[in-house]
Amino acid sequence: MLANQIGYFSLILGLFFSLFLSGVSIRNFYDNNKKIDQKVLALSFLQFFFVVISFLGLIFSFINSDFGNETVFNNSHTTKPLFYKISGTWGNHEGSLLLWLLVLTLFIFLFLLKSNEQPKKYRILTLLFQQVIIIGFFLFILKTSNPFNYLFPIPEEGLGLNPILQDPALAIHPPILYLGYVGSSIIFSAALSAITQNYISKKWAHHIKKWILVSWICLTLGIMLGSIWAYYELGWGGFWFWDPVENVSLMPWLTLTALLHCILVLEKRLALTSWVVILSITTFTLSMCGTFLVRSGILNSVHTFANDPERGIFILIFLFILVFLSLGIFFFFHKENNKNINRIFWLSKETSILINNWFMMYFLSVILIGTTYPIFLDVISGQKISVGPPFYQKLIVPFLIPFLLFMSLGPKLNWVKSKIENKFELIMLFIISAFLSFFILRKLSSDLLFNTILISSAFYLFFITIKDLFIKKFKNFPQSVAHFGFSLLILSILFNSIFSFEVITNIKVGEKFTFKRGDISFEKIEKNENTNYNSIIGHFKINDNKGKITHLKPELRIYNQPIIVTSEADIKITLFSDTFLVMNTVKGKKYFNIRYQIKAFMVWIWISVLLICLGGLMSLFKKQYEK
Amino acid sequence: MKNNFFYIVVGSFFIFCFIIFYKGLNNSNVYVPNIDNKKSIPVFIANDFFSENKISSEKIFNDKSYYILNIWASWCLPCRKEHSILMRLSKNKSIKLVGLNYRDNLDNAKKFIEELGNPYSQILIDKEGTLAVEFGAYGVPETFIIDKDNKIIKKFIGPLDLELLQEIEIYLK
Repeated sequence: MLANQIGYFSLILGLFFSLFLSGVSIRNFYDNNKKIDQKVLALSFLQFFFVVISFLGLIFSFINSDFGNETVFNNSHTTKPLFYKISGTWGNHEGSLLLWLLVLTLFIFLFLLKSNEQPKKYRILTLLFQQVIIIGFFLFILKTSNPFNYLFPIPEEGLGLNPILQDPALAIHPPILYLGYVGSSIIFSAALSAITQNYISKKWAHHIKKWILVSWICLTLGIMLGSIWAYYELGWGGFWFWDPVENVSLMPWLTLTALLHCILVLEKRLALTSWVVILSITTFTLSMCGTFLVRSGILNSVHTFANDPERGIFILIFLFILVFLSLGIFFFFHKENNKNINRIFWLSKETSILINNWFMMYFLSVILIGTTYPIFLDVISGQKISVGPPFYQKLIVPFLIPFLLFMSLGPKLNWVKSKIENKFELIMLFIISAFLSFFILRKLSSDLLFNTILISSAFYLFFITIKDLFIKKFKNFPQSVAHFGFSLLILSILFNSIFSFEVITNIKVGEKFTFKRGDISFEKIEKNENTNYNSIIGHFKINDNKGKITHLKPELRIYNQPIIVTSEADIKITLFSDTFLVMNTVKGKKYFNIRYQIKAFMVWIWISVLLICLGGLMSLFKKQYEK
Repeated sequence: MKNNFFYIVVGSFFIFCFIIFYKGLNNSNVYVPNIDNKKSIPVFIANDFFSENKISSEKIFNDKSYYILNIWASWCLPCRKEHSILMRLSKNKSIKLVGLNYRDNLDNAKKFIEELGNPYSQILIDKEGTLAVEFGAYGVPETFIIDKDNKIIKKFIGPLDLELLQEIEIYLK
């Protein structure tokens, strides 16, 4: 009760300080002081502070199971473990928006603290652009998605948190992903401010690069956590389903990755300025667009029908105000420096980064079209279609070949003007990769040629980055680590899709099912009771042809509030493959439907993403990157 | 001059996107798939909601009349919304409404019916959710129109609204 009230009023106070802060900073912008007013800093802290209090208020309402609060009533239950009561705070629409706001206000405060060396006007203008976003979110929350709505009479019990959201990976996935999304808002505001102040320079690039790295690392980690969750909780046996919700997180990642490379060109050569500005704007717009698409219910997955047009319209209008504001500023203030464009030599690091950009833009447009085309088609012709994985795979996979080859050679080039050295070695490495992949794939009957070329180019990148890791004596070490991680990622994904194997069958206790690589016996069933769910655990023994025996215990959980049955896969992780078993009930109760899968190189997918993030982290803490 | 043209093109492109998204928002997000081959309903035995006795599908769908099968659950919020539509449909004497209570707690479900009224002439229990799958359902709520020959002729994914109610009424004439 009390926590709820405190939360609500802090939110309003936060909005008040936010407006006040904007006023003070406009005045500060026009006065003659060389330095930023201390008041601005203090107010921005207060704005952050009250959002924190408001957020804590919501957390306490969840911990105390205060069902007088509508959000708590809809998403919690007294039998939930404490951990999920807390993570339930951001596991719903209202709470997650409050988290957005929390990160927004935190980041602008940090930005003000960390940008002392930058010109005053640039800092204040960045703050003001950021305030537009912050106030927009304040209004959105208070008007359409207030987390502190009051219910009377107070219900005795809540409706419960969706069981598939009760998972440790999903508890930390939203906060980390939001750090990435919201970090891109700082980049957006800073780019707009820099362009108005005509401050796009090497110094600016150096300073904004840190923010780009931070958001990029968080976004990468956030996407990975979501993917891990989908892998073992949804029980579909994959890690990426090209679901709209996944796509909207991948799109800003692609533009942010392109931006990360462009900013280096800007820092070293003061070129590609338009690219940097447009990518900064697009990254944030895509993050917002993702929020719109997911939150408004315009894109539906078949399992949810939550739709609130009022919310959708608010985000939509807000999104387009930001789009037009940024486009207006860009067109009005931007002056292309033609001299720089002409100075780019065809064989140089700049060109290779430009090529990387074009590839990123291609991948982006494929995903963007695949995700939004159904909406356009529905509105224009009334047809309903859904775009599935084959579309993305057909359009993206072939282009990976040139992309991987360029990625192998690009980092070898020097700035300004370059020539390829050690041609013999490079060709030899490619021949070795080709032979190796042919050797690995030779038993494969379908698409042998295509797969061999694809895997050879992945191996090529793999060998070249390994060589760089050890031979270059730590020159560009973070870059080598990240690129090595990427090559490992592509290799693991390819091997995963080629060498994975699956059996689906119906089986009852005591039965044995034989398939060509071994057999599965269903030994017994065990029942368990927990506070918020009951479970049925199946005991399975798997014998493979090589005589290896594996015991797996998949689980069916029956959650008590709301009543939902979820299946928890049992996964045995080894270095080279994951063994995955999931079971489901079938009508008649005696039979269970089981899905047994061997997923090759699964663990390497996660390791390689972590390596990519590690590369980013090292670059963040390295003082002088890219000599 | 050329630049102005460029700005206008870019501006109109975004306005176009805005209009599409705006219209998309107001579109009903109920998905009505086309059914080319009329599928017969599955043959099954289920428990009755009130008496908990076993009933076979032949007995339920034995009349030569149209049936509407609605899949619902007390925990499903959109079901609550569409319930008034079902109540209106139940006044139509030419059809029979059959409810399929999907993966639900029986006590909660009974409270739901007491609170909002019972539009169904028969309610079946689908505790494991397998029956819904055999009907080819994707989730809750979902509504099927079944003709005199026990074939599914129409399927609505998502909560019914007034527009769909009219569509159903046209169908039944």
